[in-house]
Amino acid sequence: MAHDETYTAVVTVVGQDKPGIIARVTGVLAQYNVNVQDISQTIMQDIFHMIMLVDTGKMTLSFQDLDRALQDVGRDLGCQVTLQQRDVFQAMHRI
Amino acid sequence: MIQAYEILETQRMFAEEHLDVRTITMGINLLDCAHENPEIACRKIYDKITKSAEHLIPVADEISRDYGIPIINKRLSVTPISLVAAASKTDNYTIFAETMDKSAKALGVNFIGGFSALLHKGYTRSDRILMDSIPEALATTEAVCASANIGTSRAGINMDAVRDLGPMLLDLAERTRDQGAYGCAKFVVFANATEDNPFMAGAFHGVGEAERVINVGVSGPGVVLATLKSKESDTMDIAQLAELIKRTSFKITRAGQLVAKEASKRLEVPFGIIDLSLAPTPVVGDSIARILEAMGLESCGAWGTTAALAMLNDAVKKGGTMASSQVGGLSGAFIPVSEDEGMIAAVEKGSLSLEKLEAMTSVCSVGIDMVAVPGDTSAEILSGIIADEAAIGVFNNKTTAVRVIPVPGAKVGDKVHYGGLWGDAPIMEVNPWSPEKFISRGGRMPAPIHSFKS
Repeated sequence: MAHDETYTAVVTVVGQDKPGIIARVTGVLAQYNVNVQDISQTIMQDIFHMIMLVDTGKMTLSFQDLDRALQDVGRDLGCQVTLQQRDVFQAMHRI
Repeated sequence: MIQAYEILETQRMFAEEHLDVRTITMGINLLDCAHENPEIACRKIYDKITKSAEHLIPVADEISRDYGIPIINKRLSVTPISLVAAASKTDNYTIFAETMDKSAKALGVNFIGGFSALLHKGYTRSDRILMDSIPEALATTEAVCASANIGTSRAGINMDAVRDLGPMLLDLAERTRDQGAYGCAKFVVFANATEDNPFMAGAFHGVGEAERVINVGVSGPGVVLATLKSKESDTMDIAQLAELIKRTSFKITRAGQLVAKEASKRLEVPFGIIDLSLAPTPVVGDSIARILEAMGLESCGAWGTTAALAMLNDAVKKGGTMASSQVGGLSGAFIPVSEDEGMIAAVEKGSLSLEKLEAMTSVCSVGIDMVAVPGDTSAEILSGIIADEAAIGVFNNKTTAVRVIPVPGAKVGDKVHYGGLWGDAPIMEVNPWSPEKFISRGGRMPAPIHSFKS
């Protein structure tokens, strides 16, 4: 994938599976011009896990406000939604 | 490309295994605040601290939010006050502690370290004033932490200071009697003190340091414990366990390194060191004692405990050293009794004694830390504990410390509640035989022969 990784963040959603989780979360991202680069989901022990790599380079609000908007959706869905800069995973898992 | 399982592993560490950055500590040089009028000196100190660290908390909060890494404490350390206040014409330094307290509160940091003296070879006039001021200073302030370095491997041990510390601790305990002698939790005695330690109560900004510096202390006993409790580790031999701990320590430290680098960049303050410490908290699952037990000991304090701790400490350093560009501070496993749920349990069921704890301090960082003893423990016994611990540090070229709390009115079997990160301290039994004559001799214990390296 060729893109500027400076602005890559990771969105994770963990909770009970139900229809519309992806739609709701990507809806928020689209609203603020955050581009989804990669998405994967699994169900482990009945718990839904979704991980998205997103590009925040052209987003129309601050990282903090995006975090807040995603938290609000998470509360609605009864899921744990987190937004983190990608560097933290890079630092901990790559030399 | 980062894999999904790696992302989930990292999140589990933060969410369930209590991984956090324990502290971002900004060190601030105060030598240029010296003034013969103590009130002018204090005004300069207040202005310098509050200006230097004005962005510390907002920046730390911002980093925490960006990376999803909990940053528990934001703290300050300053040049030892015995040096800063030496020029001032006064015989009581409490006013300096009050100024530190006021600055910390204005900024919203919970602790400020550096009400300290470096007297490993002898007292200056100012060192003596500082030591005499400690009981009043710590009893009348909240955020101030104090320390004294009373020995180094190059200088030997200042046995005059060791002698004086026993009565001083009793005085400090008495003045903070209503809080379970809490004042003693804010004072630590060092041998071979480090100039860049970010952890309290022993943090101070050494004279060899830059104008300002960012030091970061990582934590993570819970992550190591979870790894050792995994199914795969059950049949491992010791070398394999050491390797597993090393890998875990690498990941923990990298999180700290990332936070330190970002904090340094955003605050425009040089990055000092990462302190590679496994610092427990009283929360269940965040305990060093439980790690030792997970290695196969029935209870912390059993024979084998010192060996298990030695391996743990070494593996943490090896993994951490590779993960960070600059390591320093105390770097190792902490074993503060009151702050570690497993240690408290081990003391209460009689498997961990003060003597075993002393043996453990010979192979890990810090020393006899957050240990509460009966209030009727004599001054010379307290000095004796300090002398023994200092000897372990000085003669083995390592840092050791003593933070012992003689709790007025308390006896063995009682428990003192401090709350928060300080935890609950069970009163430990102390060998009652007296070292009085040995301690009363004073003088200076010569440096060990192997210190002559020049």
